[in-house]
This record gives sequence, C-alpha cells and structure tokens, in this order.
Amino acid sequence: MQRGLLRLAALAVLAAAPALADSPGGRPVKLALPDGEQVYKQVCAACHLDHAQGSPDGTVPALAHNAKLASADYPITVVMKGQGGMPWFSEMLTPGQVAAVVGYVRTHFDNSYADPVSEADVKRIAAAIRTSEE
Amino acid sequence: MTDSTAPSRRDLLTMIGKVGGAAAMYQAMTALGHAAETQFTGPPVLSGAKPGASVVILGAGLAGMAAAYELQKAGYSVKILEFQDRPGGRNYSLRGGDTFTESDGTVQKVQFAAGNYLNPGPWRIPHHHKALLHYCRQFGVALEPFIQLNHNGFIHSTEAFGGKPMRYKEVATDFKGHTSELLAKAISAKALDDKLSAEDQEKLMEALRGWGVLDKNLAYTSSLKVSAQRGYAQAPGGGRNGAPTPSQIAKLQDVLDPQVWTAMSFYFSYVMQTTMFQPVGGMDMIGKAFAKQIGKIVTYNAKAVKVAQSDKGVTVSYKDVATGQMHDVSADYCVCTIPLSIISQVDMQVSPALKAAMKAVPYGGHVKIGLEFKRRFWEEDDNIYGGHSFTDQSITQLSYPNDRMFGSGPAVLLGAFARDLAGFQLAGMTPQQRIETALKQGEVFHPQYRKEYMNGVSVPWSRVPWILGCTSAWSEDNRKAHYKALVTLDNRVVMAGEHASYYGGWMEGSILSGMDAIAQIHDHAQAA
Repeated sequence: MQRGLLRLAALAVLAAAPALADSPGGRPVKLALPDGEQVYKQVCAACHLDHAQGSPDGTVPALAHNAKLASADYPITVVMKGQGGMPWFSEMLTPGQVAAVVGYVRTHFDNSYADPVSEADVKRIAAAIRTSEE
Repeated sequence: MTDSTAPSRRDLLTMIGKVGGAAAMYQAMTALGHAAETQFTGPPVLSGAKPGASVVILGAGLAGMAAAYELQKAGYSVKILEFQDRPGGRNYSLRGGDTFTESDGTVQKVQFAAGNYLNPGPWRIPHHHKALLHYCRQFGVALEPFIQLNHNGFIHSTEAFGGKPMRYKEVATDFKGHTSELLAKAISAKALDDKLSAEDQEKLMEALRGWGVLDKNLAYTSSLKVSAQRGYAQAPGGGRNGAPTPSQIAKLQDVLDPQVWTAMSFYFSYVMQTTMFQPVGGMDMIGKAFAKQIGKIVTYNAKAVKVAQSDKGVTVSYKDVATGQMHDVSADYCVCTIPLSIISQVDMQVSPALKAAMKAVPYGGHVKIGLEFKRRFWEEDDNIYGGHSFTDQSITQLSYPNDRMFGSGPAVLLGAFARDLAGFQLAGMTPQQRIETALKQGEVFHPQYRKEYMNGVSVPWSRVPWILGCTSAWSEDNRKAHYKALVTLDNRVVMAGEHASYYGGWMEGSILSGMDAIAQIHDHAQAA
C-alpha cells in the first residue's frame, strides 16, 4: 500500500505540468523605476526595510553598513540569482535597474563604495550565471 | 441497452477498492477513463505503529496537523512545536480586534465589524483538491461557493478603452468576436488552405460564426445577437418599452490589450476553474478544526533553534518566546514544516543535499489589502456578487465577498491582491500609504469608495516575520536540482509543507506532502 502510493507519486511527478500558485490574475504590473533610489524604495524595501536595516530578528540581512558589498559582483549576483528566500530579479528588473540599485545601496545606508556599477557588469554576471547553470 | 446483471462502473470500483486497496482503485479509475484529477486516494493507512514510537512535528500549519492527525490514529505519540500562539500557519483569518505585526515592528489593529474577516493567505479551494476537501468533510467544516468567474466583474487597463473599466463579459465577448472575424477572413482569403481540408474549413467557419457571433458578412459588429452575450445598451424589459437596444462593441485594438486575454486565460487555469469553495466564516475554520481533532499536543510560542539527529532519533531545541527559556524535545522522528525561508537559517543536522535544497527555494511576496465599507455598493449599485475585477495598477485585483450577499451593514472587500513588483511596492509602504493607494486605484472601478470607506488592513507577506514571503516559488532548474532531496526522509528528519509539493501555495500541497512525509517515516520505522 505504502509502496503503491509512493510509486504513484513518482509517476505523477514525471507527468505533472507546472502548477500555478494561488496568485492574482492580470498581466505583470509595470512600475516606473527611473533610478536606483526608486528601485530600492519600491522593491528592495519590502524585505530589507526603509533604512536597509534588515529585520530586527536578523532573518532578513541588513544591507546598511554591509562589508559584503565591497565588491559589486556579490550583490549583483544575489539580485540576479536570488538567495535563500529571496527571489531572483533577473526577470523582474532590467540590467540597467539592477546596476542602478546596486550602485545606490553601495553608496547609501552607511556604505561608501564609490566605484561605479554598470549595466555591462550586470550583463557579465548574468552570462556567468547562465554558464554555471548549464 | 442497460444490462442490469453486469456490474456498474461504480460497483466495479468498489470491488477493486475492497480487494486491492485505494491505490489499485485509483489505477482502475484511471483505466476506466476518469481523469486523474488528484493523487489523493485517502490518507495513507499506517497500520501497526510500534509501541512508544514518537514523532515531533515543527509547525502547526495544515501539513503538520494533518501529519499529526494521521500519525496519532496509527498509534504514534506526537508533539507539535509552533512558533505562533495559534494553530493554522498561513491558514488564518483577521477579524476585528486582531493585531498584525510586521517585521519592522509596525502594528496594525484590525477594526472590522463583527462577522467580517480577511483571509490573508489561502482563500479559495479548487474542487479537485480532494485531500483538503476530505478533511473538511470529515471534520464538518462548512464550505460555501467561492465565486470565481463573475462575468460582471471589471477589467481595467490604463492603456485601453480610454482608461475606462469594462465588464468582463463585454471584453471577453469582443475578444472572441474580433479574433473569430480575423480567422474567418484568413479562411476566406484561402490563407489556411494548406492547413485545413475543405470540410474542416467549413466546420471551423461555422464555429467562428456561431461562437464568435459573426454577422452574415463574417464580420463582428454591434447587434442584438452580440448584445445577448456582452450586454445591451437598453436591457430587455416588459410591456411597451420592452424592446432591447444593442450595445456598442469595443475596438479590436482595445481588446488586444493584455489585460483582456490574461483575465480570460486566468479562468482557464486548472487551479482556478469553477467550482471553488471557501469555509463559512473564514479560512481559519479549517486550521481550527484540525487543532480540535489533534487535541492538546501543540506547544505554542515555541521557536525551534536547533535540530539534532542520530540513527536513533531526533532532538529539537526550542525557545519559549514568551519566557525566553530553552527546552529540548526528543522523538524517534521529526516532520519539519517550517517555511524554508526560516528553517534554512536554523541550525539543522541534515545532509548537505537537504541543506542545499532548503536554501534553494525563494518565496513570493504577495500583498492583500482588506477594505471595510459601510455597505455593499458593488452589489447594490454595480450588480457584482463575488468574483474579481482586474487592473494593471499595483493593486492588481479586487475581489468581492462571496458570503452573506444582499446583507446590510459593513462588508469587507479585497482591495488589492498583488504579486511580484507590485507586491513589493505595496509591501514597502506604510499601512496608511497602502490603504490610500488601494482607495485611489480602486476608485477607478467604484467611485463610491471614499464615501463608503470605514477602515482597512494590509498584509504584506514579505514583512510577515514568521515566513518572510507568501509561498515557495520553485524555478524549474531548482526543482530539477533540489526537489528530490527536499522531500526525501533524511535519516530521521523529513520536510513537509506546500514547498515540498508540486502544489506550491495551495493547502492541498501542504496536506499531500504531509501524507507522503508520514508514509516515509512509517516505512522506515517498520523496516527498522
């Protein structure tokens, strides 16, 4: 009986089409996100909070005063790939928006990493992620 | 025609079920041509648990409580540790007097009138979610229809129809009509001659004429026939002025706006098809029913901080969040249903493969906003009874209450149901800003909003401290790489919850994963 159930489950997993989560309908909403500050406020702040302080219990990391931002490649990779419970933003944001917000966070919230972040950096990392997943 | 001595299909299935068990019956049902709508054929039969066998379950959501219920029935000794002070997990409802605390410490106090509620998490149940429906039936949870497809709901796009909301029946009829006309024209122009035989072209043409409501010239034009689907300028009446007049169809360019087809497509989705249900009085009726059935085995306010295991058993260390005191609980096995966004940050002694899987699954950030109004103007003024309206603004979707229709007094409308970027945008606002946004954007549908508004509450799942997201969002690549490791018993620990299923974000997935988790434990225990 148990084995039968498990076998059935295994078969159906192979056959199953991706199921939709219980989500709203309609097309994806477009937001005007003209600069890094707006991307932060309208997207990142949902979890990392208004001052990039992260959640008080530490489950959402603070971006403020964060030494991991020293190299822009790291935050770009996290934004493009997601990490833990954080989704990947490679499909929701343009490379330009990712560059803008990473640049914004690295120069605000008690971070001062002045070297610029470009769209080309984001595209380079996107290509590297694709290669590593193949 | 009917041979009364031959067994009916039902008799046959009953017989197969008795002889071969549920799995055999399931296979037989499939063979007899019933669509396999569910994998659920009844809870696993866990016969003969060894005396004293024990399981500790982390999380008193539906996965954990369904697992506990079946394990207890089989003779296992079960304890549940739950972080919150209530059962149900995401299966809950907010009512007047409740408070809701966000991850940044912001507190909202719900002010709804007695009897009104918002279901922040799950809120509708597909008719084929048979595991969940099985328990609702067994526990006597009263269900009522959830009005899903309402032809009178609105579709709004800022980029079409001059920004004016249209009724679903209008735009769906017009989309069907205009596209039928185009296809009919293509056939007439012999553009499909190499694809379709003359006979099939004729059949298709007949379908387009009827289904698309085309005129004698194969054009989609305003007429009483078309109005019989999309609605009239003057509806049919009685007596001297009874004659209806046709409404004006919308332009092809407008109905090509993606808000139209995405709404139509939404209702085709397997999990969104009618009939759908909701519990009478709030979604938490289900969680409460489970809690009553499993008895007093839940330790509330218990935050798991460490899960250690050996070949002999599992020890969970937890903190009593009320007193700050640490405790240990040991058992032969552990079912862990804590959302991955949280448990991946807990010290767990599990295999590297399971650890990697726990870190591989991101969570969506849906937002719901409940608005209480003085009266049901959507019913009284706009003839909308349940169902949804869609917009391309951040609030994305409005949903009308499915219960107590025609009631007087305050009622709660879902004023926003947002996902992805729109969800993050609303989550990043203060509660006051969210309500203001919901009122401002929702006014496009219902100008009565400001006059009738009383109060509201918003639930941004990204800021719900005990999950930091709404539901798991597996990518296909992650699924391939990590799903098997996530759902397979890891020595003495097994994961369960919607994230451990192919029904992410549905209560059905939670329960089915809970069933598979305990089947694995039982098999392992019996083999030992």
